[in-house]
Amino acid sequence: MKQAEEPGRIKREISRKSWLSILAKSPFSEIQTLWEKLELNLEWELIRKPEIGMVMVQGRTGGNGQAFNLGEMTVTRAAVRLKNGYAGLGYVQGRSKKQAELCAVIDATLQTPANHSKVVNNLITPLKDNLDSLKKHRSKKAANTKVDFFTLVRGH
Amino acid sequence: MYVAVKGGESAIRNSQQLLAEERRGDRNVEELTLDQIQNQMSLAVDRVMAEGSLYDKELAALAIKQSRGDLVEAIFLLRAYRTTLPRFGTTIPIETANMSIRRRISATFKDLPGGQVLGPSFDYTHRLLDFSLAANGDVPDAVEAEDAVDQNMPRVTDLLNNEGLIEEETTEDDSEPFDITRQSPKFPAERTARLQNLARGDEGFLLALAYSTQRGWGRNHPFAGEIRMGELSIEFIPDELGFPIEIGEITITECQMINQFKGSSEIPAQFTRGYGLSFGHNERKTMAMGIIDRALRARELDEQVQAPAQDEEFVLSHSCNVEASGFVQHLKLPHYVDFQSELVTVRALREAVNNDKPNEAEPIPGIVAAE
Repeated sequence: MKQAEEPGRIKREISRKSWLSILAKSPFSEIQTLWEKLELNLEWELIRKPEIGMVMVQGRTGGNGQAFNLGEMTVTRAAVRLKNGYAGLGYVQGRSKKQAELCAVIDATLQTPANHSKVVNNLITPLKDNLDSLKKHRSKKAANTKVDFFTLVRGH
Repeated sequence: MYVAVKGGESAIRNSQQLLAEERRGDRNVEELTLDQIQNQMSLAVDRVMAEGSLYDKELAALAIKQSRGDLVEAIFLLRAYRTTLPRFGTTIPIETANMSIRRRISATFKDLPGGQVLGPSFDYTHRLLDFSLAANGDVPDAVEAEDAVDQNMPRVTDLLNNEGLIEEETTEDDSEPFDITRQSPKFPAERTARLQNLARGDEGFLLALAYSTQRGWGRNHPFAGEIRMGELSIEFIPDELGFPIEIGEITITECQMINQFKGSSEIPAQFTRGYGLSFGHNERKTMAMGIIDRALRARELDEQVQAPAQDEEFVLSHSCNVEASGFVQHLKLPHYVDFQSELVTVRALREAVNNDKPNEAEPIPGIVAAE
């Protein structure tokens, strides 16, 4: 099931790499709610049954030196083929088989020219907005704890 | 040596039932949910993930619940679980300079690009019990600054490196790093093996060892050059795709220890490095790791190995609390036959003394002579 990064002939509004990333990082409940609202009623078959596993996360000595193994994280993957022939892949953090399968279905749907824009506008974009907003709020709260230390000068 | 014994099945079953009841506690008190543990015991969850060597908050919370809050037991549960899962591969090494910073401090530079961000820290609390939490835990939302933190947050060590003041880390050796979960330990150990070992090592053990270096057992003059904590996206290249995709986001704590100099006739004096990295928000652990990483580089830096913290076989062989706990606690298993043979020996020894020197044998105070 080799696939090129940009296999379709349609003009993409967003790269496959980006949407897969957004799907992997979004909460399952949000993805599911937005997906159900789309009412696409697609049929698919599993090419790879959802499978729970791990990936070894690597760091680097000193942050930028030689790679070393830090520890593993749980990941679930699945692959599907839609009735229209498009195949999709889901790789998500954690152990939700449902999320991996749904992400694979959405990945395949996003490659389907007829549904691409619809899914981008009504699912990927709102998910991305939520992730961005979460990140922004987190960062602003941290920024509010930024401190200016000053050293005291003695003898004045 | 211990030997297998049979029987006791119903006693064991009943013991497990009793354990479950004790874990549940008073049934009039509401049962703890995994969400509650994950959200309100988040540092316990982080420790269990780091030492359990598996990033999965939900599983760590489950392990904490099941172990009744015994974190070493929870770490054991997580380690056992991880052996049941296949490994899909290895991620692209994380780039900590790209972290979405929630905390970033330096004890070596007052002013640095991006500034010092305290984040959520116990450091400036008074360590007085807050009785309002006993009544109700309501807290106001944290206030947000106008702008997010600076995107440009270079690592302090990179700033020093630009001036050539600190030894350089290189990526020249791009071979597969040692994997202590798949290869048997060997000594001397590579730095990659040591760091993997320390990253999952027991926090208490590492903390005590780090402390010992500060008190004189292997001094290495550390400065906390930088501590940063925040979120990083994890990139992985699935076989099916052949290009990297982000598969999730994890919290990471990193500590760069800057230590005293090393130089030679060829290389002018430079600061040396100690590195700590951990899953989750594990600041104390990461600092201890940075100190010990540096101490364990003694051989490589031509320092005398004199203290326990510098002895890699000592440190690496005793850092795992799952192994340590298993070996210490195995003493609870039946050693009846073993002990019987010891009894026979000690009786024989005493009898031999009594027979040889019947008149000189002094009774040992407090111990009744064996027949």
